[in-house]
Amino acid sequence: MSGAIAAEGIGQPVRRKEDFRFITGNGHYTDDIARARQTYAYFLRSPHAHARIKSIDTSAAEAAPGVVAVFTGKHVADDGLGGLICGWTVTSKDGTPMKAGAHPVLAFDTVRYVGDHVAMVVAETLADARAAAELIDVDYEALPAAVALSTCQDEKTAQVHTEAPRNTCFEWELGNKAETEAAFAKADRVVKLDLTNNRLIPNAMEPRAAIGEYDKGSGIYTLHTTSQNPHVARLVLSAFVGVAPEHKLRVVAPDVGGGFGSKIFIYAEETACVWAAAKVGRPIKWTGDRSEAFLSDAHGRDHLSHAELALDKDGKFLGLRVKTIANLGAYLSTFSASVPTYLYGTLLSGQYDFPAIYVEVDGVYTHTAPVDAYRGAGRPEATYLVERIVETAARETGIDPAELRRRNFVRTFPHQTPVIMNYDAGDYEASLDAALEAIDYKGFAARKSEAASRGKLRGIGFSSYIEACGLAPSAAVGSLGAGVGLWESAEVRVNPTGNIEVLTGSHSHGQGHETTFAQLVASRLGVPLDSVEIVHGDTDKVQFGMGTYGSRSGAVGMSAIVRALDKIETKAKKIAAHLMEAAVEDIVFENGTFTVQGTDKSLAWAELSLAAYTAHGFPSADIEPGLKEGAFYDPTNFTFPAGCHICEVEIDPDTGITRIVKFVAVDDFGTVINPMIVEGQVHGGIAQGIGQALLEHGVYDPDSGQLVTGSYMDYCMPRADDLPSFTLGFTKTVCPSNPLGMKGCGEAGAIASPPAIINAVTDALGIRDIEMPATPARVWEALQSAAPRAAAE
Amino acid sequence: MSVVAMTVNGKPASADIEPRTLLVQFIREQLGLTGTHVGCDTSQCGACVVHVDGRAVKSCTMLAAQAEGAEVLTIEGLAANGDLHPVQKAFREHHGLQCGFCTPGMIMTAVDLIRRKPELDEETVREELEGNICRCTGYHNIVKAILAASQEMR
Repeated sequence: MSGAIAAEGIGQPVRRKEDFRFITGNGHYTDDIARARQTYAYFLRSPHAHARIKSIDTSAAEAAPGVVAVFTGKHVADDGLGGLICGWTVTSKDGTPMKAGAHPVLAFDTVRYVGDHVAMVVAETLADARAAAELIDVDYEALPAAVALSTCQDEKTAQVHTEAPRNTCFEWELGNKAETEAAFAKADRVVKLDLTNNRLIPNAMEPRAAIGEYDKGSGIYTLHTTSQNPHVARLVLSAFVGVAPEHKLRVVAPDVGGGFGSKIFIYAEETACVWAAAKVGRPIKWTGDRSEAFLSDAHGRDHLSHAELALDKDGKFLGLRVKTIANLGAYLSTFSASVPTYLYGTLLSGQYDFPAIYVEVDGVYTHTAPVDAYRGAGRPEATYLVERIVETAARETGIDPAELRRRNFVRTFPHQTPVIMNYDAGDYEASLDAALEAIDYKGFAARKSEAASRGKLRGIGFSSYIEACGLAPSAAVGSLGAGVGLWESAEVRVNPTGNIEVLTGSHSHGQGHETTFAQLVASRLGVPLDSVEIVHGDTDKVQFGMGTYGSRSGAVGMSAIVRALDKIETKAKKIAAHLMEAAVEDIVFENGTFTVQGTDKSLAWAELSLAAYTAHGFPSADIEPGLKEGAFYDPTNFTFPAGCHICEVEIDPDTGITRIVKFVAVDDFGTVINPMIVEGQVHGGIAQGIGQALLEHGVYDPDSGQLVTGSYMDYCMPRADDLPSFTLGFTKTVCPSNPLGMKGCGEAGAIASPPAIINAVTDALGIRDIEMPATPARVWEALQSAAPRAAAE
Repeated sequence: MSVVAMTVNGKPASADIEPRTLLVQFIREQLGLTGTHVGCDTSQCGACVVHVDGRAVKSCTMLAAQAEGAEVLTIEGLAANGDLHPVQKAFREHHGLQCGFCTPGMIMTAVDLIRRKPELDEETVREELEGNICRCTGYHNIVKAILAASQEMR
């Protein structure tokens, strides 16, 4: 391999191909697109958490300057449009399917959260649309709301949907109850912990946006939208909502400014824009502002849990028992039912050899924004619970937290957990050891006493996490209630001049696929990186694909590319054999050159590419002209990234401010294509985890259901000065379940870090628990209540 | 409506606009310079930072009319004669961007920061970035890129 090409190959920190357009202001995000004669949409939203709509009078708005049309739930219903769907059906422990309430595109007779969509005004300018929305007269009958998670299942609490008594959508269980009870019966010690996993608001920096268009001549609708999975959006909008048949609807997700899960889902706004574009006969553009994002983007997390861990006298884990109440919000969002169930309960074994686990999860409705996948989706909640209770057990047994983990690690693979997952490979002790070394665990006691001499409280906390990525084997998820398969597709198109387009069903919204995927293709075909173009995000260009979430683009998306490249190589060798008059078994393909073994005959990649298209003299029965191959790759298992994060904090007891003095992350992602990009993914994930642990909290007023944290003035996003620089390390066990041995890296930071931080904070404070986010006020309060009265006086 | 005129990226720019038009709206919608972004509605996120008469300004917080006669520099005008600015280069070299949405504002803020404080350390960079929010990078590589660029520009 030539030096230049080797430097762009697998394992190299290649600088990103996509960066030039972003650092020069030449990206194309949805709001950057302008269409001739475009109109602007503005959504009138519910000011109430729960109210009956007695009437809506839109006449004044319709007569207002610049208004093109006003649409309400009645128009949507009259047009026969279906509602928004949840693509995953969870079955309760009594065998009944989840009790889902309808999710209309625009509210019909009831609004169910502050920000719920009541009407869409379409006007010549955004200012006109916004002004006209003020003129819509909605006669609401305000009703009591179910807001607090702790009381929403009470008989007397207001009902969100009549279909779901006690606001309970499902009562799900996983694991073996009898075996778990037996494990607890023989335990020497039981550790109990009540935990809150705080509600988060995703806050991708680009607000959601959409442009709906309709071409009267062809009957084709086009939707440009901020999506992580445009084909899934098209499928839902055609098959379930019924906007247009699938072949008459094009969905384009251009440059997308971050997603973190929140742009997986199919929302009311883009649905209404593309549907109404045909009604008004002009393009309709909607760009959400940040306040709308806070109100109506699907939120994340929001669990209340009770956990119990059974141990024997040597600290060996015997069983884990968990009861969780998971907030679903007011409506089921696209994948919401899967998040607190199959993406949560299945990870409760952590890195540990548990003989028995039993978990019950009640998925409940509240009059709040829908809750769905947010970076990690279920796995951060599982990791938080496991790593908090393990750390608590270490403190209560007096066993060093590293040692207690060591005693319980899974050490042989494959390992079947009591909760579905079959771990295929890992070395948990290796990442623990590397992290202990990087943080200088031995020196911690000295650092703690040095800090104490300055009046500061120092603490250290561990998180040995595991997650399931590479979503997911289609048959497996199908048997668990998924309405879709979770394979991925790829098409490799070699052009006559030898350069290559790769069409992928994955979607990049910050992950750097244009570089990483090109590295794979370039190194496999022995061509320069610049001759490979990655095409994604347009249903007109790309074959059906499932999109990007769940750290699946490497393990699943790139595996599909590998399969397509295999086919390309097979066909190219056949052509080379024909051209060089040799047997196909004698053709060797290396560094972009085809040679006939044992001869000096050779053919360069570009020559072969051209020959594939000139096709002069091909034996047509054997070789078709052209060089283009596709593949659909269905994974055989989930992948299991794992590692150890250790956090060291210093708390100022006078102010309650927690400073992260060192954060070490050692991760095992299997094969890494571009370490620079992978490190970047870890950095971002840790920052979001620190946000959850110390800063961020989506808060609703428990009585009124108003969102209290509805702007960057109130919702504390991590700023640069809230965070340290991070210390990263990697260990490697190759994933045996996909051709490249990749595990996925996108969510690890957000999954692993919150328990490491809270374990450090509680260690510093000498307390059992503190609710996330551990803000200075909460830390200070904890210090006051923990302090002996005499000391406080 | 009223006519405002200013210089944007070295070229004269004027338009007849509603008085309430924000500078960022003028830049994006009138001039079609969509590299400057809007990420919030409370002047917190900094995605809209441009330079007005050489100083970093959140263009969502200023009326276009207030920039009458000013020299405005946006991300599109930063690469002089097609050569990337050292800060642009450093963001690419150090992977200081992922989704790219906050990046133009980050870069314009960083250029102004290095102008004001040529001798930078990590703590100062982190403090000075308080008005720019990034959700992707955890700031780790942004800080690295700005420190590297400030070294380069000394």
